[in-house]
Amino acid sequence: MSATTLTPTASATSDTAVDFAVRNLWKVFGADAQRIASDPSFTGHSAAEILEETGCVTAVRDISFDVAHGEVFVVMGLSGSGKSTLVRCLTRLIEPTSGQVMLEGQDIMKLGAKELREVRRRRVSMVFQHFGLLPFRNVLDNIAFGLEIRGIGTAARYERAREVIDLVGLHGYEERFPDQLSGGMQQRVGLARALASDPDVLLFDEPFSALDPLIRRDMQAEVIRLHRDMGKTMVFITHDLSEALKLGDRILIMRNGELVQIGTGDELVGAPADDYVADFVSDVDRTQVLTLRWVVAPVPEGLPTDGPGLPATTVIVDAIPTVLGSTVPVRVFDGDTLIGVVDRDAILREIMGVKPAAVRHGGASRAGARAGRVG
Amino acid sequence: MAVTDFRRQFAPRPPRQRSIPRGVYAIAVALLVWFVAWRMFNGVWTLPLQSAEVTPLHLWLNEVNAWVRDNRDSNVLFVLVFDSIRIGVGAVAALFAQLFVQTDVGLQLPEIGWLGVVALVTWVAAAVGNYRVAILTAVGFTAFGVLGVFTEAMWTFALTLTAVLFSVAIGLPLGIWAGVNKRVNGILTPILDFMQTLPSFVYLAPLALLFLIGPASAVIATIIYAVPPIIRLTAHGIRSVPATIAEAADSLGVSKRQRLMTVLLPLARNSMVVGLNQTVMAALAMVTIAALIAGPGLGQLVVQALQSLNVGRAFVAGFAIVVMAIVLDRVTTAASRRAELSARHSTPLRRRRRIIALGAGLLVVAAAVYLSRSVLAAARFPAEAAVGEALGARINDVSAGFQNTFSVFTASLKDGFTIRVINPFQGLLTATPFLVVMLVILVIAVTVGGIRAAVISTICLLLIIAVGLWEDAMITLASTLIATVITMALALAVGVIMGRSDRVDRWLRPGLDAAQTMPAFVYLVPFLGLFGPSRFTAIVAAIIYAAPVAIKIIAEGIAHVSAEAVEAAQSTGASPWQTISKVQIPLAASSITLAANQGLIYVLSMVVVGGLVGGGALGYAVVAGFSQNALFGKGLAAGVAIVLLGIMLDRITQAAVARRRRIVPVTRRVRDVTAPLPVTH
Repeated sequence: MSATTLTPTASATSDTAVDFAVRNLWKVFGADAQRIASDPSFTGHSAAEILEETGCVTAVRDISFDVAHGEVFVVMGLSGSGKSTLVRCLTRLIEPTSGQVMLEGQDIMKLGAKELREVRRRRVSMVFQHFGLLPFRNVLDNIAFGLEIRGIGTAARYERAREVIDLVGLHGYEERFPDQLSGGMQQRVGLARALASDPDVLLFDEPFSALDPLIRRDMQAEVIRLHRDMGKTMVFITHDLSEALKLGDRILIMRNGELVQIGTGDELVGAPADDYVADFVSDVDRTQVLTLRWVVAPVPEGLPTDGPGLPATTVIVDAIPTVLGSTVPVRVFDGDTLIGVVDRDAILREIMGVKPAAVRHGGASRAGARAGRVG
Repeated sequence: MAVTDFRRQFAPRPPRQRSIPRGVYAIAVALLVWFVAWRMFNGVWTLPLQSAEVTPLHLWLNEVNAWVRDNRDSNVLFVLVFDSIRIGVGAVAALFAQLFVQTDVGLQLPEIGWLGVVALVTWVAAAVGNYRVAILTAVGFTAFGVLGVFTEAMWTFALTLTAVLFSVAIGLPLGIWAGVNKRVNGILTPILDFMQTLPSFVYLAPLALLFLIGPASAVIATIIYAVPPIIRLTAHGIRSVPATIAEAADSLGVSKRQRLMTVLLPLARNSMVVGLNQTVMAALAMVTIAALIAGPGLGQLVVQALQSLNVGRAFVAGFAIVVMAIVLDRVTTAASRRAELSARHSTPLRRRRRIIALGAGLLVVAAAVYLSRSVLAAARFPAEAAVGEALGARINDVSAGFQNTFSVFTASLKDGFTIRVINPFQGLLTATPFLVVMLVILVIAVTVGGIRAAVISTICLLLIIAVGLWEDAMITLASTLIATVITMALALAVGVIMGRSDRVDRWLRPGLDAAQTMPAFVYLVPFLGLFGPSRFTAIVAAIIYAAPVAIKIIAEGIAHVSAEAVEAAQSTGASPWQTISKVQIPLAASSITLAANQGLIYVLSMVVVGGLVGGGALGYAVVAGFSQNALFGKGLAAGVAIVLLGIMLDRITQAAVARRRRIVPVTRRVRDVTAPLPVTH
């Protein structure tokens, strides 16, 4: 074991470096897969129509995105939207039908079986919804499993496994077997196993969906902490919007295998790309997600220049004391530029969930649609 | 009035439904035609063949037999393929025989005498299992000596061991291959299904033709019979590794080899050990039956005793087989438990203590082996300590006394059943023109199993006619069907009770498990003692042989009926009987059909063995074929006819199972684990 490969590296080299670059990725299941992915005549057809016509299931459809180094990139969608297939395509656990996947500039699609194994062994690790632990190995051996298959000697891999055990809070559980652990503890083992090989990128496939809400919150905090401490790039799959908003630097929303919108949390809530996304985010507490940028009003005439000011990136809930404590509208700055003001009414509207007229209209029609679905 | 109006208005129109399905009419008409044809054409077109009579086909088979006998030394195929297999297998068998049974020199004592053998097997049982099965093993193997059958038991043991070694060497790689490769699995599964449908008897004649008779061909027959479970359960174990675990391993970059060694095999180990257990039990059962092709051992004793109707000697030898079966079953089961536990609970200290204990044990074994090679009393079990002979005579007395004392009861039961049930039904099958019988079977096959099953049945029946054994086949079919109907009635009653009550299940299951491990042979012995040789005896033995597997499958089916469905029935006020008849039995229908399928296969294989105790017909023809050269061809043809009957009955019931499945989906394929063999769980 060489110490350099196993010691956690510090943070990102630069903000612009890209870890994963995905271009026009397709995954179609079925006999006609290749044709559907390459034939433009299917472009206008929905996944359901393609299934009807060809018997093929289009799980991932022409998706492109970049994951920046050190970023937490969340892919969100309902079950069956293709998000789990998408994440498996990144290391070809599921072979993509067509498209390009670049990992740090290296074309994953062109790798041979052996090189691909090397990628999985050293550079990209995955955490699974149902843990995927080996029931006949204890915690220590499960965590050391990835190192074992790399051919690392017993002493060295146990040493590394113990480091990771401390990192994820499993100290004292080394000799336990998976079926003696709670779900949350088992997922800590899964997380530790992924961390043990000190990968550049961690993939999470709905890792906390099978856990109780309280344990899920703990584990989310754990992931946030690990990300802060180690700065690893993470691709995180979830169907839980609050989890996505909590963890994600950016969020990709999928529906029926297609990309609907990519953006930061406040972009999704403030400017949903379509009714689907708007419906998705309609239950979100906007004051917790939106920044002042989304609620600024034009600067009124004769606003005194000595009043309070806030940066545009302030989340609404954090601006409440300042705005309510001020007798005049609060000025909002993007850097040094004054982009508008926020007054008490604007804040109260957001707290009450009253939306500007245009969006409210959309909301009303969605509510109708939802009622229709229920009926 | 208001209620009916309401119904008329709002209830959805019920789908058109016949109160009685069309198939029932078809079968009723067919049966009526059958009965009428029987009365009108009694004895016409029945294709009879006396027991000493042979057809040209049989004579031709005799010639083939003679040709093989004369030319096997000069024929390339025989010299290169069959003889080399026979010599290879024979060499291994001879090695074990020298070790445990006898050598050619001096007193013909084995390399290891009885004391050494007992010490050795006890040590092995302790090493792979625990001290309890070690004690059982010591007692069991000593019992062989006390029963006066130590040498025969060692033959059986040596041949079983040889067959198991080969079965594992062949079956494990094949099973692993089938486990990781879907296509291989697709090819192997129907072959294994077919192999397990065959009654063990029918392997023997063609094998004797190819491999001669004696220990080597006995082992080869046993390998063929015993290899399916280990292939099946190894493949099953590998294929049931959860996809989530295999995928997680892939995500860590395992190579194919690492995937197999570190993930698939360890997770499949339990299933593989169950397969080994079934293979061992099947091997023991077949080694005893291979007595018919001059396979030495306990089976030989049973066959001789059965043929001379010496119940006492048959009982002693049968009891020794039972003891061997129990020992082998318990030891392999304990070994599987140990494999499971040791990974969990072994600490370095415990492991060291165990190694020391086993090491000390090994010294004792060495001493015992040394003694058994230098002291005659430790080499050959002292005759004065053996009670087998006396026990056999005593049992003969008891049996004779029993038959005399209770002859009113046993004879009236036997005769009553024979006259009222067996004879009329057999008459119906044998005395009606064969075309009518074929037509009736065709109608039943279409109704129960569908077109495909009917086509296969027709082909099977035509082939039975072609081999010239229609009448014998109908006699065997009659016994088989009667035994199956009674087996199913018994299994339904016991299975439903067992499926509904955990307590009854706990009480009965060990007994049923034990009953399933017994070789078919030993079931004949007590009933021979009770009823003497007759068709009735064979039928009763078949019922007892087939009942455990049918009971277990039905109990499983009843127990797996969703608790919600039962609760829903009870919440609407259904009585226990209504719950059983309207909810549990209909929902367990596919299990019940499967039980009928397995019951038929078991009964058929036993009815054939019943040929040894007066079952007559095909079974008798097979047995006679082994002993008389003039009847070789007929015996072979009878074996084929049994296979054809088996295929026909299996296809019809399998198709019925598949139909039921479509109606009530069953989550688990019972057949995967419950092979039609003496099995244990």
